[in-house]
Amino acid sequence: MVQEEFCIARNRYIIKLAVRFRSIAAASVLCAALSITGCTEYSSTVRAAVKAEQERKAAPDFNLKDADGKAVKLSDYKGKVVLLNFWATWCGPCKIEIPWFMDFEQTYKDKNFAVLGVSLDEDGWDSVKPYIQQKKINYRVMIGTEQVAQMYGEVDSLPTTFMIDREGRVAAVHIGLVSKSDYIHDILDLLGAPQPDSPVNRGSLLVHPAVYRTK
Amino acid sequence: MKLSLEVRTGYHCNSNKPLDDYLIPLKLTWAPGPLESPEVTYPAPQMEKYSFSPTPLSVYTGNFDLMTKFKVSASATPGQAIITGKLKYQACNDRMCLTPKTIDVSIPIDIIK
Repeated sequence: MVQEEFCIARNRYIIKLAVRFRSIAAASVLCAALSITGCTEYSSTVRAAVKAEQERKAAPDFNLKDADGKAVKLSDYKGKVVLLNFWATWCGPCKIEIPWFMDFEQTYKDKNFAVLGVSLDEDGWDSVKPYIQQKKINYRVMIGTEQVAQMYGEVDSLPTTFMIDREGRVAAVHIGLVSKSDYIHDILDLLGAPQPDSPVNRGSLLVHPAVYRTK
Repeated sequence: MKLSLEVRTGYHCNSNKPLDDYLIPLKLTWAPGPLESPEVTYPAPQMEKYSFSPTPLSVYTGNFDLMTKFKVSASATPGQAIITGKLKYQACNDRMCLTPKTIDVSIPIDIIK
């Protein structure tokens, strides 16, 4: 019997393949063991508050095509607050957030805010276009590339969402499903609007009624 | 051949027959080699409910085995050989999903008459 063990470390996860037996006869049963292991940083979601302006770094620019074939560059959105969401149709937690993002797009689009979705579906538009149509997604969605995912820190877990300020800098990152109120907090902060729990905000048109439902 | 798999606690991967067409199934495939006609048998899936899904999902968690039956090729030469395959899976926990992964599986064997 021969024991061998291979470990392939790729940044945030480890795949461990342990071959336990070497067969002696073709008719005998071979056994191998394989362990799919996530590292501890995946064990919980990461909630990062909006960073101070001096700590923010420029969000990498990209040039992708939306469902209509039109070019989408992040740099075209300078002057707007952008919620940049990496997602996929096979990602259950991502699908919880999409109606929230549609709500944000509807509520804040006239306040210099935009949602951009970047799908990491391997089969591209074949899966994504039907989903967009089925859910009536009201914001621009593009098919991501490996290069864009790498530029944003090797996005490997979904959803991952970047909050980008008016100057095109990353102000916050959310990895995994977070609450709708966390997003609202970030959006209002970056728009310079009063927070939903602020007395100043009462009656403000900037805050969608959903804010009060989620608090 | 038995391939024993372990999914980390808190995570699950889709079974070979997920109920939603959008989900990516677990799939083990073998490359042509000295062993042929592989028949992969997947275990019965677990039906698990997660907070992000309104309906239970067909998944594997914890430890489970994939069995493959091979036939020895008539032209196989006795001696050492390697059989290779690929295991594709996509795993999630209740808050996030990892992008699909494909692992190369490589098993050394000895073929004797």
